[in-house]
Amino acid sequence: MLNLNDIMETINMIKQDNLDIRTVTMGISLLDCADSDAKAACDKIYEKITRKAGNLVKVGEQLEKEYGIPIINKRISVTPISMIAASSKADPIIYAKTLQKAADATGVNFLGGYSALVHKGFSAGDRELIESIPYALSETKNICSSVNIGSTKSGINMDAVKLLGETIVKTAEITKEDNCIGCAKLVVFCNAPEDNPFMAGAFHGVGEPDCVINVGVSGPGVVSAALKDFKGDLGEVAETIKRTAFKITRMGQLIGTEASKRLDVPFGIVDLSLAPTPAVGDSVAHILEAMGLEKCGTHGTTAALALLNDAVKKGGVMASSSVGGLSGAFIPVSEDAGMISAAREGTLKIEKLEAMTAVCSVGLDMIAVPGETPPEVISAIIADEAAIGMVNSKTTAVRIIPAIGKKSGEELNFGGLLGKAPIMDLNLKDSPKEFIERAGRIPAPLQSLKN
Amino acid sequence: MKKTVISVMGKDTVGIISKVSSVCAQNNVNIIDITQSVLQGLFVMVMLTDTENLKCEFSEFSESMKKLGENAGVEIRVMHEDIFNSMHRI
Repeated sequence: MLNLNDIMETINMIKQDNLDIRTVTMGISLLDCADSDAKAACDKIYEKITRKAGNLVKVGEQLEKEYGIPIINKRISVTPISMIAASSKADPIIYAKTLQKAADATGVNFLGGYSALVHKGFSAGDRELIESIPYALSETKNICSSVNIGSTKSGINMDAVKLLGETIVKTAEITKEDNCIGCAKLVVFCNAPEDNPFMAGAFHGVGEPDCVINVGVSGPGVVSAALKDFKGDLGEVAETIKRTAFKITRMGQLIGTEASKRLDVPFGIVDLSLAPTPAVGDSVAHILEAMGLEKCGTHGTTAALALLNDAVKKGGVMASSSVGGLSGAFIPVSEDAGMISAAREGTLKIEKLEAMTAVCSVGLDMIAVPGETPPEVISAIIADEAAIGMVNSKTTAVRIIPAIGKKSGEELNFGGLLGKAPIMDLNLKDSPKEFIERAGRIPAPLQSLKN
Repeated sequence: MKKTVISVMGKDTVGIISKVSSVCAQNNVNIIDITQSVLQGLFVMVMLTDTENLKCEFSEFSESMKKLGENAGVEIRVMHEDIFNSMHRI
């Protein structure tokens, strides 16, 4: 018989500490749907997605009921659409609309993959797709877009960086009536992972199987509960986090294998991420504060986050047969109660966030900046962040929202899982315009002589 | 055998075990083991059951247990045993 304390521990994690499976994401390859006739390609895309993912939401709900653990999101990621759209030379928007139709039919809450991979240069269809992003995101509701603009092996495509600065501002302008929400669905990556189940950056990489199930776990609340009132040195703190991460990840592994069995689709990876929500008790910032920082963003935050990120991976890696995706702690400012409060008080600034992204997964995530921010400043922020990822051989990303018509100190309120974003101060005094206008490519870094 | 854990948490009330058992019996669920204890001032009863030959849909069964709990002022959860096994056993 199971131990009563173990049973209670699991139930308390779910009940009090917001433990959940954040997402079960089905990756679907659309490579076999390409067609020189865009209409035919769209028909094939719709048919394939609804055939493969028709039962995804139903199975997710079944598992939720049987195992008693909430599965918050059921989602789909697809092959970067620029690759499919390239064969038809049509306006890529019709692909976005087809994806939206497929998302509605399957009942998923997000579908990611309106994407392009341009880390070394643009190929056919890439530029058209990126230019269409503002319209695609304003004319659809559940479609997410991402662009990979750099990698450790190829350097940073600064032409793309320049273009994306403009794209982001345009997306914000087009969706300004709706809190500039378009920008919350657009991620710019360096070293993008091909098997990431988390939105908005999920897409189904070309090296992946035809169809696959990836799972993203969550549980910042469980980690901060384990550290609350914990006395001990930082080595012991790391041990505690590892143990907790192990347990959380086992949930993901169980749900992932079970979902893959029921959907008859191979199981891909568990993404070991601590993904916060705006709910009280589900915050990554509060974990850092539980370690002994008075407020997230103060001196010591980077070190605490580095410890947390590494311990989560060490604990999780043994709990799963295959780990991938972004795996680490997320720091989306608007989606984390502790970060929102630290940003409001001015303790958490964009410079500190940038430093934090050097030691955790992803990057500058869900950050609102003043509406007057010119495109070249957005491009420069992307370039800085991509440089951190490129040099450190890690994924970094930028999901930034210019709050059109608003100034620093004000807030964007998205509601739901996306939360509230206090608008952060930027240096708008000294322009990086000349640097960004040079465009071209930043060469890939040397992989030896590391210091 | 499909093992399912039914947990009851809350204030100790008269006849709670009998109420839970009778819902089990109505749905053809066999009780394998019962433990109960007071943990951190909370009454906790855990029942290990076999739901292999369940007469209704699993979700229906867990829903009726949840309702029973609401009426009796306790919290009842029905969860597959594997969730505990995977978390606490290697």
